[in-house]
Amino acid sequence: MTATTEDDVAMTTAPVLEVAGVTKRFPGTLALDDVSFTLRPGEVHALVGENGAGKSTLIKVLTGVYQPDEGEVRHLGEPVTFKRPIDAQRAGISTIYQEVNLVPLMSIAGNVFLGREPRTKAGLVDWSRMYADARELLKGYGIDDDVKRPLHSLGVGAQQMVALARAVSTDAKVVIMDEPTSSLEPREVETLFEVLNRLHAEGIAIVYVSHRMDELYRVCESVTVLRDGRVVHSGPLATLPRIELVSKMLGREIKQIREEGVTAFGEEHDVEREPLLKAENLAGMRKLHDVSVSIRPGEVVGLAGLLGSGRSETARAIVGAFPLDGGSVLLAGKPLKRNKIKAAMRAGIALLAEDRKTDGIIPNLSVRENIVLAALPSLSPFGLVSKSKQDKIVKIFMDRLRIKASSPEQKVSELSGGNQQKVLLARWLATGPKILLLDEPTRGIDVGAKAEVQALIDELAREGLGVLLISSELEELIDGSDRVVVLRDGSVVGELTGDRITEENVLTAIAAEADNDV
Amino acid sequence: MTATTSQPTARNAAFAGVLQRQGAAVVLVLGVAASWFAFPHFGTADNLRSLVLQGSFLAVIALGMTFVIISGGIDLSVGSNYALGGVLAAYGAQYGLVVAIVLPLAVCSLIGLVNGVLIARTGMAPFIVTLASLLFARGLLLALTSEGATTYKVDPGSAFLWLGQGTIFGIGVPVYITLVLFALGGLLLRRTRFGQSVFAIGGAEQSALLMGLPVARTKISLYTLSGALAGFAGVLTAAYLQSGVTVIGVGTELDAISVVVIGGTLLTGGAGTIIGTLVGVLLRTLIQNVINQIGTLDSNYQTVVSGAFLLVVVVIQRLLARSRTR
Amino acid sequence: MSSATLTRDRAKVTAWLQNYGVYLAVVVLLLFNVVFTENFLSAANFRTQLVQAAPVCIVALGMALVIGTEGIDLSVGSVMAISAALIPLYLGAGPLTAIIVAVIAGVVSGLFSGYLVAYLGIQPIIATLALLVGGRGLALVIAHGQLVQLHSQEFLELGTGDLLGVPIMVIVAGVLAVLAGLVVQRTTFGRHLVAVGGNRAASTLAGLPVKRVLISVYVISGALAAVAGVLATSRLAASDPSDVGLLMELSAITAVVVGGTPLTGGRVRVLGTVFGALLMQLVQATLIKHNLPDSTAQMVQAAIIVVAVYVARERSSR
Repeated sequence: MTATTEDDVAMTTAPVLEVAGVTKRFPGTLALDDVSFTLRPGEVHALVGENGAGKSTLIKVLTGVYQPDEGEVRHLGEPVTFKRPIDAQRAGISTIYQEVNLVPLMSIAGNVFLGREPRTKAGLVDWSRMYADARELLKGYGIDDDVKRPLHSLGVGAQQMVALARAVSTDAKVVIMDEPTSSLEPREVETLFEVLNRLHAEGIAIVYVSHRMDELYRVCESVTVLRDGRVVHSGPLATLPRIELVSKMLGREIKQIREEGVTAFGEEHDVEREPLLKAENLAGMRKLHDVSVSIRPGEVVGLAGLLGSGRSETARAIVGAFPLDGGSVLLAGKPLKRNKIKAAMRAGIALLAEDRKTDGIIPNLSVRENIVLAALPSLSPFGLVSKSKQDKIVKIFMDRLRIKASSPEQKVSELSGGNQQKVLLARWLATGPKILLLDEPTRGIDVGAKAEVQALIDELAREGLGVLLISSELEELIDGSDRVVVLRDGSVVGELTGDRITEENVLTAIAAEADNDV
Repeated sequence: MTATTSQPTARNAAFAGVLQRQGAAVVLVLGVAASWFAFPHFGTADNLRSLVLQGSFLAVIALGMTFVIISGGIDLSVGSNYALGGVLAAYGAQYGLVVAIVLPLAVCSLIGLVNGVLIARTGMAPFIVTLASLLFARGLLLALTSEGATTYKVDPGSAFLWLGQGTIFGIGVPVYITLVLFALGGLLLRRTRFGQSVFAIGGAEQSALLMGLPVARTKISLYTLSGALAGFAGVLTAAYLQSGVTVIGVGTELDAISVVVIGGTLLTGGAGTIIGTLVGVLLRTLIQNVINQIGTLDSNYQTVVSGAFLLVVVVIQRLLARSRTR
Repeated sequence: MSSATLTRDRAKVTAWLQNYGVYLAVVVLLLFNVVFTENFLSAANFRTQLVQAAPVCIVALGMALVIGTEGIDLSVGSVMAISAALIPLYLGAGPLTAIIVAVIAGVVSGLFSGYLVAYLGIQPIIATLALLVGGRGLALVIAHGQLVQLHSQEFLELGTGDLLGVPIMVIVAGVLAVLAGLVVQRTTFGRHLVAVGGNRAASTLAGLPVKRVLISVYVISGALAAVAGVLATSRLAASDPSDVGLLMELSAITAVVVGGTPLTGGRVRVLGTVFGALLMQLVQATLIKHNLPDSTAQMVQAAIIVVAVYVARERSSR
């Protein structure tokens, strides 16, 4: 679906949706700063930017979840205010969110038609028609399951397709897709692209948010790049070289990227021979099938794979936070008790979990308390809290990690994302771990903090810690790791070391296996 | 590919689902059968008639509670609303049949409306809002009855009494009313957009909002409905007892919640049936009846058994839910 | 820009009210009574107020810990009834034995609800609801539905006696409040409790003994409710399981919420809870002294709950 003459015609038609000079503030941050962009009928428009660039805020403005502080949204040339999501939907703007926003306990058909159920003459919901319509509709999306079954009986990818079917079937003129492929199987991705083609032919405009370059260049005609809440580029995509697109997203000169890479990692580390941690044949919950990973002291092991490949689950399984049916974790040759977080911690394994908000910070507590949380028992003789001991530890880590807080007593929820992440790192370092498992340690934090965290990982490895690094940013993984283990579908499908660690090789490892699988 | 791996678990899940929905019905049938054989008096028409009549008042309250719980909320004010409805009905009966019905419905709906507005518009927890209105409605009742000292009596000749004491084919009018209300309730829940919204809100409120469902409006309607039904149960009780008894309804909210949960409605919201609630009510009435049949048993065992039963149901629900996610 | 500062000011006022509103309310009510209520400023009156607030205060301390973990304990009133029902059965073996038995019953009840919540993952509201329904029935079964007059002087001393001129009930409540404060602020258990309430998932991942913490708060709540049951029984000079602790769960939750502990957990305000209990007692006393009936008192209490929760709802949820 590259630019054709047909598309050029489309470009000249009047825009279906315009965002003009929109600004949106939140306490402490300027989420959108004078953002403008235009969407024409039949256009597939890529919206890209790093985490925190303002993409999701912009989407929420378009869908009526947020109202802009300044500027306006124009629909078919007319200024509109979407006060609630339903207003946007009535205007023909449908959204499918990255996380499936449907009702798991309701039937598949019920979800598709929720809020606009077909009714009989008496005004009652016409279930038989609804089931028939849903079956018919979903066929076009590769779903032939029984539509009476509850939604949660479908896989995540299929649920995403149901969400898409719902969004499109509401007579949408604009469909916004927020990372639609992040949870799809390759086969489902193909179905999605077929649907995109169909929508394109029907003149429906699509806003396509994704991080995957291949996809963007395959389906999108134009692109708008956001960075720090501002539009840094807007125009046709096909003529924009990839490297330039990346540089615009990252806000760095191309030369710089080529010369020193985009991350703050240093050279490879000296690695001892004997693995300190050995996880063998981990399996459980139908998400892990056969994962074996070993980590040596002073080594950074990268864990690569698509979302849902079992990366987070592997890390959680190692600390006992993911129920295992099989496999074992050995630390210095000694097996750890399964599913016992406490035992793993005592043995010196620490996990920095992926989701800072839900699995990390305790929002009501101070920076100090969040840092000492995991180490508290060892700092508290007879269960009585000793503040002086805590203060010493807290000071050491706040200095070393350069945590910016007004005082150790400030509530952690008031800190920026980057500083919260450092607090969590401090929490784990305070327990004196031998193995550090880092699940997306730099996600959603600002560039400066990111570089600091990356440098810190480097430093820790130099000091002899074994690190497992999970990151969906390929460059971070490639630059930062001494060895990369590639996962797919809950199994290890490849391992790369030394010069073999390149973007291409990692992608090949993921993709090659995908072909055999289908 | 996914179908083959998930089939056994799908079957387990389906089985768990059936147990969840039909468990109470099975226990009810077994319980009735056992009681029939064990107690000579149980199977008599008189006893069965009084059994269903006794159940009907709680059933009306539980109907509203079913809607509220499916939406993921809870309404603790129903017991007080029930008592208040009864007092207002008895008081209103002096001014005729219409006042006796409309006055309590209006006041109790209003209390429900305020509950709903506070919950939907301010985001306060349903449990605490309705706790406050439990107190408020009880206070209002006391204020209306000179601190509980006055009991309004309904004139024995009043047509109003037919609502509670009349019979059709030998079965009490409240039973018919309850059945009609449950049929309407089932229709509302299963066959209207409103009902679908209730399920959606209880299953995933954030999604319901993003899908453009009228979340706030639905919630307000729900609590209003619950208040109205509790008040109406009070009306029926006043007609049955010929007076506005001030001390009824204490702890009734707990009975209502129990029967709803026993009937298979998930306390976490998003799933439940009207018929299940009816089964739950019958089961509870059966337990009460059996304890009375035993005769020698302390009547206080009733609440002990109710509590234990509720617990067993909740534990089973929980274990089933666990087996489903695994 | 001005609207932004306005909202910030409003947020500040709300935050201040959340933290200090209860103290302000107590002071205002005291001043009101000093000016408008006859015979308010007397030692005897203060004694009465404090003694009457003591049982609610004790129960509310346990409730505050439970609410701090994002839980709720509806069973406290029934636990009080069970404790009251057991007293006359064991008073023959001496008051101390009777009290110990009562408290053990409270601990067992707490273990029970705590197990349901921590290990089976049942929602606190429903786990304790079952005990609320069944517990009082059990108490009545134990006592054969009878009110029993008590005559053990030693036992009755608890509810009516003084120590250094201060009613023993008040001393017990005060000591328990100080202990609760120390536990929350200065022990690992207390800090774990707040962390578990603030973010359960994160606490689990941080290796905290989440289940043990949860079960412990319900045990403490049960034990404190039992103590309150003992005191109430002693003061009444009779074991009355059908009436003691009725609607206590309401009063205790109100005291906790009014005292600034959010229902969403993650924070426990012990002093606020004590003042919350005092405030509700003062409100009731004020209304009674001004000849306003019980009905009005209930409606006022309802309004206070709504206002307190409204002010406290920063992060609302069920």
